[in-house]
Amino acid sequence: MSINAKSTRRPIVLVVDDFADNREMYSEYLSFAGYDVIEARNGLEAIDAARQRLPDIIIMDLSLPVMDGWEATRRLKADERTRRIPVVALTGHALAGHSKVAQEAGCDSFLAKPCLPDQLVAEIRRMLESGKAVVTTTKGAS
Amino acid sequence: MAAAVPTQAPRSGAESPRDAAARPALVELLLFSDDAAECARATVDWLAERGGARKSICALIDAESGTLKHVAAAGVSEGQIESLHLALEAPDHPLVFALAGREPVSLGKRRAPDSWRNDFLAIPLPLSEAWEARQGLLLVSPARCEPEARWAAEMLGQKIAHLRASAATAGSAHKVQRERELLLNILNASPDPILLTDPEGRMIIDSAADPILVTDSSGKILLMNSPAERLFTAPDLDERAEAERAVRSNDAHFSSFISNLFLTGSGLRWRGEIPLTNPSTLQPLPVEAVAGKVMSEHGEVTAVVTILHDRTEAIEKARLYEQLKAASEQLEEKVREATAELVRRNELLQRQHLELEQASQLKSQFLANMSHEFRTPLNAILGYTSMLLQGVSGDLAAPQKNKMLRVDSNARHLLSIIKDILDISRIEAGKMPLHLEEFEMPALVAELLAEVEPLIQKARLQTLTDLRRGNALVVSDRQKVKQIVLDLLTNAIKFTPHGQVKVMVREDQRRGEVSIAVEDTGIGIAPQDQDKVFEDFRQADNSVTREYGGAGLGLAICRRLAKMLDGRIELQSRLGRGSTFTLVIPRKGKRQ
Repeated sequence: MSINAKSTRRPIVLVVDDFADNREMYSEYLSFAGYDVIEARNGLEAIDAARQRLPDIIIMDLSLPVMDGWEATRRLKADERTRRIPVVALTGHALAGHSKVAQEAGCDSFLAKPCLPDQLVAEIRRMLESGKAVVTTTKGAS
Repeated sequence: MAAAVPTQAPRSGAESPRDAAARPALVELLLFSDDAAECARATVDWLAERGGARKSICALIDAESGTLKHVAAAGVSEGQIESLHLALEAPDHPLVFALAGREPVSLGKRRAPDSWRNDFLAIPLPLSEAWEARQGLLLVSPARCEPEARWAAEMLGQKIAHLRASAATAGSAHKVQRERELLLNILNASPDPILLTDPEGRMIIDSAADPILVTDSSGKILLMNSPAERLFTAPDLDERAEAERAVRSNDAHFSSFISNLFLTGSGLRWRGEIPLTNPSTLQPLPVEAVAGKVMSEHGEVTAVVTILHDRTEAIEKARLYEQLKAASEQLEEKVREATAELVRRNELLQRQHLELEQASQLKSQFLANMSHEFRTPLNAILGYTSMLLQGVSGDLAAPQKNKMLRVDSNARHLLSIIKDILDISRIEAGKMPLHLEEFEMPALVAELLAEVEPLIQKARLQTLTDLRRGNALVVSDRQKVKQIVLDLLTNAIKFTPHGQVKVMVREDQRRGEVSIAVEDTGIGIAPQDQDKVFEDFRQADNSVTREYGGAGLGLAICRRLAKMLDGRIELQSRLGRGSTFTLVIPRKGKRQ
């Protein structure tokens, strides 16, 4: 892949949230902000989508039905195919300890709800910037 | 002397009544004899030989048995002697009748028993002054020898009276002698001989508080001191009958004690308790009696010395002791109960504590859930509002944009309230962790002022800082100090329509404290409202909430946070002039 191709390709963001309004709100804004967005409503869907589409970054709500965000993150990080994808935990649970558990599960960063769409975009940019080499390598390898 | 009475029947007695030598012979006989029976025999013999009596009998009264007993007889039959033995209680009997008078009585003329029909003359032995008791009779027959018989009876009567009086005197002398011996024995047995010998010693016994009695072996009281007299003699009282009864009862109890001593006590000493009664007060007087036997040289008990010791006090003490013991046991029981109760309550408290902890856990969990539930829709509200304002769905016209701004600001306000509530809950639940670190206060103030700069600008206020006397390193939770001072600053800006906001940092080296004061020229707080502003959901005036916004939780949280840091928030304010809120914290972390 050429440098050009990389720069013109829209990064893929997987948004995992069971609450449709939030999921679609982020989805719409991220599209507006120039990302390709795929959505998942629970941990299992998230794992499937991640394996199929290999997104550049995953925005993971932690309280989810079927399989929660922590478990999904653990599985993604345990899987050779998906373990390099950065996971940003996003949760309404603001109690101390949640971020710690999220980190232990393998989340790369942590955002507390409410999180404005532009704040989320800023965090995605930061994460992708810092992990650019890795992401690129992964993409290149596949 | 030993002449057989019936065989010496006189024959020539009739001729010799007036024998001048006859009377002195009897007198001589009587004079040299000290035995009543011997004298009687001599008299009877004399009557037969010299007085002309064919039959004569002398009978004396035996005081002990209360009967008449013959002691000498001459010329009478066995049957007549037998019938003479009679009890003196029969008043109709001619002999008893004769005995009661002073003159001779002819039995033949009275209705005497058959055996006495033979014209006996009964001559009573005369009463003597010294011995005023009936003594006996002299019976003679025939009656014509009355003059000689009367004279003989007179002589014999006097002699017998004399003998009996002597015997009585001898008895008294013997008793006196015995008492003397007894006292001598007591003296020998007593460790302090003075006690009983002289009047002074007697006073000592009397002055002894305890009653002391000396008795003979039969229990008869020989000697007692004054305290004993008070127990064993009736006092002169109105209730004399009762007192006498008490004395009698005391006597009976004491005698019983003494006889027990002889029945069971083999040793010299005997100890026992006697339930006496005080005759003066008629109150029960329990005594402890200690009796000692006084032995004669021959090993016989001559007397018993008994000392009585009043046990009332001892018994009262014992009773009090029992009461005390009972009370103590009651107390012990109560303590036991109280301890059990304490244990029970402690367990209850522990259980309640556990339940409270569980409840607190549940509350924290609930708040976490609630917070999540609030944040999820707020996230959507704020997100969509933000998107619309950013023109994601196309540019908004000014009126729409203004209204969206209001939605946004209210949503943010709601969010801040939720955050505050969560903060308070976390502090209350002890779930607010403390992170102590070293930092410079002036730098923190600069950082804060930079953060509120937009607000200051907007409110058109001046800011001043005075950091000269607070350039010290502080060890505390920087994040929480920042949260508190930020709240104080935003409050100051919020409630100051115009003027200035000044931040001053001071160090109190003596007290080891650092203070950050935020002074404004705002609306101020009335004195009566100055405590209220720190309460949950309170602002000085409800109308303030409407005018200035805010949930009124900021200062309540600040106060809690300051307490967590082992510090405090002070307030000085004048209505209409402004307020100064000061956070004071220890310079070196939490004081322990």
